Amino acid sequence: MSTKYRIAIIGSGPAGLSAASRAAVLGLTHVLLEKTDHLSDTIYKYQKGKHVMATPSQLILRSDVDFGAGKREFILDTWDSQTGDHKVNVRYHSEVKAIEGERGSFNLQLTDGAVIEAETVILAIGTQGNPNLMRCDGGGLPHIQYTLDDPGAYIDEHIAVIGAGDAGIENALGLAADPEQRNTVTIVNRNAEFTTAKDANIKALLAARDSGRVIVRTGTTPTLVEPGFITYDTPDGEAKVKCDRVIARMGSAPPRKFIESCGVEFTSEDRVAFPKLSPSFESTKQGIYVIGALAGYPLIKHCMNQGYDVVEFINGNNALKPADEPILEAKFKDLPGRKSVEEWLEFLRSNITILNGLTPLQMREFMLDSEARFYRSGETIFERNDPGSSLFSIASGSVEVLIDAHDATKIVPINTGSIFGEVGLISGRRRGATIRAGEDSICVEISRTAALKLQSSVPAAKRAIERIATERQLLQLFGSGLVSSDLTEVLDNSEIQTVSAGKPVITEGDEGDDMFIIRQGSMIVERKIAGKQVFLSYLPAGSYVGEMALIGNTRRTATVKAAVKSEVIKLDGTAFKALLEMKPELLARIKSDMASRQDLNAFIEAKKDSFSSVVDMYSNVANFLVENGMGEATDVLLIDESLCVGCDNCEKACADSHEGLSRLDREAGRTYAHLHVPTSCRHCEHPHCMADCPPNAIHRGPDGEVFIDDTCIGCGNCQRNCPYGVIRMEAEPPKKPGLLSWMLLGMGPGPGEPSKKWSYKNADPNVEKPKKAIKCDMCSGIDGGPACVRACPTGAAIRVSPEKFLTVAKLEGEGG
Amino acid sequence: MDRQAAQSGRVQSDGTHEGFLRHANFRWLKIATMISLLAIVSYLIIDVQPRHNGGSWYGYTLGSIGVLMILWLSLLGIRKRRMSRGHWSLKAWTSAHAYLGLSLIVIGTLHTGFQLGWNVHTLAYVLMMIVILSGIWGISVYATVPKIMSANRDQTTEAQMLASLRSIDRQLHDAAQPLDQNHAELVRGSLDQDPFGGGIIRRMTNRYPACKTIAAHEKIMLVTESAPRTRDDPLEKVASLLGRKRAILARTRKHLQLKAMLEIWLHFHVPLTFALIAALIAHIVSVFFYW
Repeated sequence: MSTKYRIAIIGSGPAGLSAASRAAVLGLTHVLLEKTDHLSDTIYKYQKGKHVMATPSQLILRSDVDFGAGKREFILDTWDSQTGDHKVNVRYHSEVKAIEGERGSFNLQLTDGAVIEAETVILAIGTQGNPNLMRCDGGGLPHIQYTLDDPGAYIDEHIAVIGAGDAGIENALGLAADPEQRNTVTIVNRNAEFTTAKDANIKALLAARDSGRVIVRTGTTPTLVEPGFITYDTPDGEAKVKCDRVIARMGSAPPRKFIESCGVEFTSEDRVAFPKLSPSFESTKQGIYVIGALAGYPLIKHCMNQGYDVVEFINGNNALKPADEPILEAKFKDLPGRKSVEEWLEFLRSNITILNGLTPLQMREFMLDSEARFYRSGETIFERNDPGSSLFSIASGSVEVLIDAHDATKIVPINTGSIFGEVGLISGRRRGATIRAGEDSICVEISRTAALKLQSSVPAAKRAIERIATERQLLQLFGSGLVSSDLTEVLDNSEIQTVSAGKPVITEGDEGDDMFIIRQGSMIVERKIAGKQVFLSYLPAGSYVGEMALIGNTRRTATVKAAVKSEVIKLDGTAFKALLEMKPELLARIKSDMASRQDLNAFIEAKKDSFSSVVDMYSNVANFLVENGMGEATDVLLIDESLCVGCDNCEKACADSHEGLSRLDREAGRTYAHLHVPTSCRHCEHPHCMADCPPNAIHRGPDGEVFIDDTCIGCGNCQRNCPYGVIRMEAEPPKKPGLLSWMLLGMGPGPGEPSKKWSYKNADPNVEKPKKAIKCDMCSGIDGGPACVRACPTGAAIRVSPEKFLTVAKLEGEGG
Repeated sequence: MDRQAAQSGRVQSDGTHEGFLRHANFRWLKIATMISLLAIVSYLIIDVQPRHNGGSWYGYTLGSIGVLMILWLSLLGIRKRRMSRGHWSLKAWTSAHAYLGLSLIVIGTLHTGFQLGWNVHTLAYVLMMIVILSGIWGISVYATVPKIMSANRDQTTEAQMLASLRSIDRQLHDAAQPLDQNHAELVRGSLDQDPFGGGIIRRMTNRYPACKTIAAHEKIMLVTESAPRTRDDPLEKVASLLGRKRAILARTRKHLQLKAMLEIWLHFHVPLTFALIAALIAHIVSVFFYW
């Protein structure tokens, strides 16, 4: 081992091979270490023919290797041939087990015993190549595998699939699909229940079990693997069974241990935390650079750009601007004052309190998801009742909050460095007040994703946002001439609590005088009347409860429980009482709210006596809807099955309003008392689908609708994350002939979604249409509103918000 | 519509379901009643000599109104399928269609001046009445069947019903392997038969006397009922599978029957409308030809 390389690159994914190509083009001595016998294993393992997308589309690719959206095979071929053309020095079958030394002289020890010397190291190993391994005895045997490429390749075998997540279930079903293969397939789940898999997969697995095609073992762990046999620890004791092949699908994790052993620190103890990095991707261990998915950038284009940049930095090109420079330049170009991108970033970082803790690299990333805007004095920033989930921060100037919708003179100022709009961020509800610029101001609008990322990476920012949010929520909720100094004691004794769905915060008959403000999610109020729990009311985020016991000095008069996973602010009863004594107006205000709630309770109790069955029905229907996601919905499609004639015109209208694909399934879904909740988007307050979208393509639109934009890469994360199964992955069908040509000449498939067969037959063979995620967008931008409702001939379909539907008004209407 | 919705132009209901018959507090029922009353009163007041007939100025007026209404009513078929933008509601259209259609009974009949005979004019009148009758049939079906259908399907979809039938068929096929020739033939009969075949009458009446699944189940039950229950008797297993298949078949057949009831009237209503329009053209042309 005489050669000492200038750069050793570990991992030949998009990031690694882009870095190696740059090094080769610059003529730097380098080696690209790849564990397997081919480049880019993660993409190599995509299923055959998968369409790979290239997002974000506005980002310019800067790499010596080409990349554009296309088929997996084409991309891999391009990379293979271009790395060959650049004469990249690749060493296959090279797994690094340890890195020792300092900048200038690192020793990389490989598992095959070789040692490679390098001045600098680039870690581009991603997070995929690290599946959780079988830890039992015999876990290293060769008939254990961690992937399954072709389920059709195994015949006459006893196969054990370990792990009943989606991957495990899909593998097991694939292996058992064709009885001609005569495989005996067992799937092993550690828990008694299937917790991580999709509902559809679980159902398919249970059906396969019932028909005897797959053996399902739950509550079971493998304890010993031997050639030809496997031993399980089952709830009924130990069992040794025949087994020719083990397929372990137990998830994967970032290889943190290995990276930390190299001397690299992480930003936090969090399981999903990333390494700490400088603007030139250097880790806390000098000379070791981290790029790609491991650095927190899962998109291929980012990875490839970073590969290029990092080699330029190592080569001493410190003047290199990052590839996102033009994007940031465009963001800052309308701001007054001539500053460079770096100066602007520093200006915002130092002036806005919650951004103080960010590194320059984090700041850059942060601004990519955020917008800096200049507002003239008096200009409106947002209006009361506008939808919006973004957070605003003031970099210079100040803004005014119009706290009273009817009186424009009542204003509260917010000054430089502070934030506003946090209610929309936290609760997902509409804006509570109009905000306008008090003087010429520069504000940063922080998208919801960026704000969440900020809160998880900078705990101080999280605390600051929470405190301000709580204070403002109290001020807004109670109004009554309160100022922030009144609230100090209450805030000091407040606490944010997470309540899981169905758990009570207040239980009828208990002692207690704390108040609760619903910060996120929603609650239902129930009371036991004549031995039955009766639904009293539905409380959306932003309401408060607990005042009856506090003011009346009684025990709790009703049970309040979370409809969905919620967050409440708990206000200490004693501190709040002190505040009430100080502020008689506040006391009066709360007393009047309390009186109207008592009236409501009395009304329902009275009804219960005279129309017991009506109240029970109302209560049951309310509970049914809450169980079906009404509690987190903002707008939901409901079908009255006593009116629905099953014509499916709603589905047809939906398809015809949206490039030929229906976003709702009328017949599927739950029904109670003829009230049917079809499989269709509920536009959740905190959409589960948004949680993990790599290109950040899911947004909340101006009418409160949750929609997916064109940058969708078709990864399917949102589909897996949606608990209601309302997202489909489909390619856009070809255009149909018009309605009249169908009616008069019989051309085309007619109204509604064309059959798969027709789409396939009429597809343009020269155009490849990728599968993308599609879901209801509430017909945003279509004059007249949701097509499903407009097209219902009988009035069976309506769209409602939960507050509207779960009201006692329904009871009055039906109870007579 | 509340203030918020008005701002954004979004359509959101106040949270109550209102069927097409009750639409907008019976707006179209009121309008149709007004039209009918107006027609009847004017018929009584206006003295046409020698007697009321389709050829008087009054007759022409009623006839023109009638034909325009018929043409507009038939446009519902296009409105339903044309998903254009704009603030229209198919429910309102259906409501108007039903009530204005009913008012045609009055307008059409008064237009004839009660002069009926064996000619093309009466043909148009009779066709119109049949179309309206089929419409009344449709309304009555729409008012009663959806509830029954909803209760019958009990949260399962048609696709799920068919899928569970297929799944049971697969299990039956496997379970029947150890059976003797006679019993295996019975199961094969159940597997090979299209359980929904037999035409529209079967489907509408929901009577399937030749159903081989029911026959197989009953014959095998005769054997298993009298035999002692053993744990691994394949015949017991087949019997229980056939029992399940029978139950799912019953639900699916009922579902298909109700679905057919909801649709079949349209197979009269729509073609007869085309016939009516053709007869109307003949009626109008002949009137002007013999002017």
